[in-house]
Amino acid sequence: MLVIGTPAPDFELYSTPDQKLKLKELLGKKVILAFYPADWSPVCTDQMALYNETLKLFSKHNAQLIGISVDSKWSHLAFSQSRRLHFPLLADFEPKGQVAKMYGVYDEREGIAERALFVVDEKGIIRWNYLSPVGINPGADGILEALESLDKVPVLQK
Amino acid sequence: MSTLLKPPVNSTDHIRGNSNAPLELVEYGDFECSDCGHAYPIIKTIQQALGDDLKFVFRNFPLTQIHPHAVNAAVAAEAAALQNKFWEMHDMILQNQKHLESEDLLLYAIKIGLDPNQFENDMQNNALRAKVEADFESGVRSGVNRTPSFFINGVKYEGASEANELIYYLKNKLSEVGSNF
Repeated sequence: MLVIGTPAPDFELYSTPDQKLKLKELLGKKVILAFYPADWSPVCTDQMALYNETLKLFSKHNAQLIGISVDSKWSHLAFSQSRRLHFPLLADFEPKGQVAKMYGVYDEREGIAERALFVVDEKGIIRWNYLSPVGINPGADGILEALESLDKVPVLQK
Repeated sequence: MSTLLKPPVNSTDHIRGNSNAPLELVEYGDFECSDCGHAYPIIKTIQQALGDDLKFVFRNFPLTQIHPHAVNAAVAAEAAALQNKFWEMHDMILQNQKHLESEDLLLYAIKIGLDPNQFENDMQNNALRAKVEADFESGVRSGVNRTPSFFINGVKYEGASEANELIYYLKNKLSEVGSNF
């Protein structure tokens, strides 16, 4: 898992069937990267439904949430519509798990992303991370505390 | 990942049972969530089993995007609380989870003996919405990750949400902290 203080590796992945999102486009905002194993699985569904409700708390800290799994853009679209999600789900689909591997949170044995969280600051530096046991929904309290502590200290100079 | 209830139970909470009980069970619940409906009779069973050794607290944790009626139902219970009938409304809603339109809530208000005009005014009261949101935020900070989530004596309970498991856990806890009775 990439450690705190590392520049977050850039990537470009499908966020909808015809649009891609580059991490670099979000410079100037904080970004919460939520890697998760699979659309539709019970724990992931709870976790994404929770984050959908905490977006308003994240946005107070100028933070954008992004979900990432190895599911295809079409699975993401259906999952997102069924749960009425208001944040992008990125498809780490081809080459499979490439972004999860860059961040050191790919489970080779199962072929899925681990349940891992990163908070990236406005300058693109990883400032917090957390790896959750795969069956446990980590909630949103750790993210919120990380965002709050970032707002209390000045942004690190590169 | 947090496991502690923040803030601890206080005067803004709705408490059922003995407020000085050695055991404290807090539920973060969503009135439209079927698992919370499932938990409702379980909590009743637990309260009967533990009697005066247990106080039960309900805090709101509405998941508004998947449960579009959850906030209004939560506000209805808070509005009922202003007429000292929080638990009557809480019970009514959880027994009728499939019918939570505004007219249903008004009907329940009348059935439990609320002043309907006062109730309808209170349903528009932003302070009640703020209370529901504050409950939600306290849940997020306490590490609530699904509904229902339970805290026992201030610590998140990770076991099964069934009567036998909960009663077993609570009785063990009681032998640690000691009964008042």
